[in-house]
Amino acid sequence: MHRPLVRLENVAKTFPDGLEALAGIDMEVGRGDFVSLLGPSGCGKSTLLRLIAGLAQPSGGQVLWPDGPPAPGRIGYVFQDPTLMPWGDVFDNVYLPLRIAGQGRGAARPAVEAALELVGLADFAHAPPHALSGGMRMRVSLARALVTRPMLLLLDEPFGALDEITRFRLNDDLLRLWGEGGWTVVFVTHSVFEAVFLSQRVLIMGPRPGRIHAAMEIELPKPRPPELRMGADYQRICAAVSASLAQAMGSC
Amino acid sequence: MLTRTAWLGRLAPALLGLLVVAGWEALVRFNDIPSYVLPGPLAVAETLWREGPGLLAALLVTLRVTLAALLVAALTGVLLAALMAQSAWIERSLMPYAVFLQVTPIVAIAPLIIIYVEQPFLALLACAWIVAFFPLVANTAAGLRSADRGLQDLFRLYGAGRLQRLRLLLWPSALPHFLAGLRISGGLALIGAVVAEFVAGTGGSETGIAFRILEAGYRLQVPKMFAGLVLLAITGIGIYGALAWFSRLLLRRWHESALPPRS
Repeated sequence: MHRPLVRLENVAKTFPDGLEALAGIDMEVGRGDFVSLLGPSGCGKSTLLRLIAGLAQPSGGQVLWPDGPPAPGRIGYVFQDPTLMPWGDVFDNVYLPLRIAGQGRGAARPAVEAALELVGLADFAHAPPHALSGGMRMRVSLARALVTRPMLLLLDEPFGALDEITRFRLNDDLLRLWGEGGWTVVFVTHSVFEAVFLSQRVLIMGPRPGRIHAAMEIELPKPRPPELRMGADYQRICAAVSASLAQAMGSC
Repeated sequence: MLTRTAWLGRLAPALLGLLVVAGWEALVRFNDIPSYVLPGPLAVAETLWREGPGLLAALLVTLRVTLAALLVAALTGVLLAALMAQSAWIERSLMPYAVFLQVTPIVAIAPLIIIYVEQPFLALLACAWIVAFFPLVANTAAGLRSADRGLQDLFRLYGAGRLQRLRLLLWPSALPHFLAGLRISGGLALIGAVVAEFVAGTGGSETGIAFRILEAGYRLQVPKMFAGLVLLAITGIGIYGALAWFSRLLLRRWHESALPPRS
């Protein structure tokens, strides 16, 4: 493997109240990778993502960026909730990262419209968030993360609260966007099926304090059509990942 | 189209009011109560009509104090709350004094203010400001603190500056709280202005409605006292209504409190 985009060396995170969330995390994310962090709730997956984003500082070890730390806007983040500003419409919300970067509304318009186009919300630029469905709000959140053309996209269980139909569709969309855009993605989930379907590599984490129990390369073709979910290969890999996850859960 | 029960719901308060007023008039008439003891509603209305121009001019003076105090309270309240939002230390140092101002009865502070502030308008304004100020600071400060954690993270991720955070995130989050404070303070500013006038006495050539009520009391012009009271009550309701309308206007596009119910 050549030079990674980001490398974590022996990273640990203990919160001020003594809660040990992560211990001894070593991992690398290469350019163009799609890596999933898979593990039970409360195993520190989200904390790990926050450490990579620089929203929290590790209490041990380090997060290294071989090509220098990313400038603001080079990382896109999608939270578990859509996290939209209720006082702005869809356009305002997607425009926000560019606005913070000092771009004028007019200058930012093409980028915002392109991002909305990507997630299929071009016709909803002036809708208020409260008028949208849960899936659409998540798409807005995704468009906002994409609008700065980030090199790294961090997704924290973005589809966890959605129904399965919407979730499958957004998974397909995400995979398509990843195929077209060539970003690097780190995706947090507790769904084996989602992790396998989306990722090139799945890192399986055990319960608290979170450690990386196993790393599995997902040998599935690229691009991955929705029918893949019915195939025997997919099922077999899911079973293997599930087994590894069960092992990780039992290892504590 | 309103249903029958909805109509009744709207009519009921008016009907009750009418009954009370009619009962009051009847009470006064049947018992021959002299108007310097208890004037009937008709006598009050008649006084209101006769003394209207003079009372309205006085009301305008009071209203000017009230609105100026509310404006100053809103500005200082927001400014102080924004200052408090900058650091927990600033908040911890300032809040006790804001509470101190709030809990000390205005009737007790007013005489001092009137001694020290020579210009009557400013003295009245200061009294009304003290009363109106606290709900605005407390609510706005709470609102500034209530910004969504996820959005706060987002602003940090994109490297937003202090001012951007304040303007684009904290202030819109605080707006509904600020407006709730404003609705409370609107009524309080009027109370503050009235109390200050009572304490100040003749405060200059222009006298407010509260002083007119006091003056009418000295002369046993009880109907005029009632007339002034009616005007003050209407003004209070008017201020509240105007602020509630203003609040809905600003929030109707997005805030739960102002959105139409789901059907």
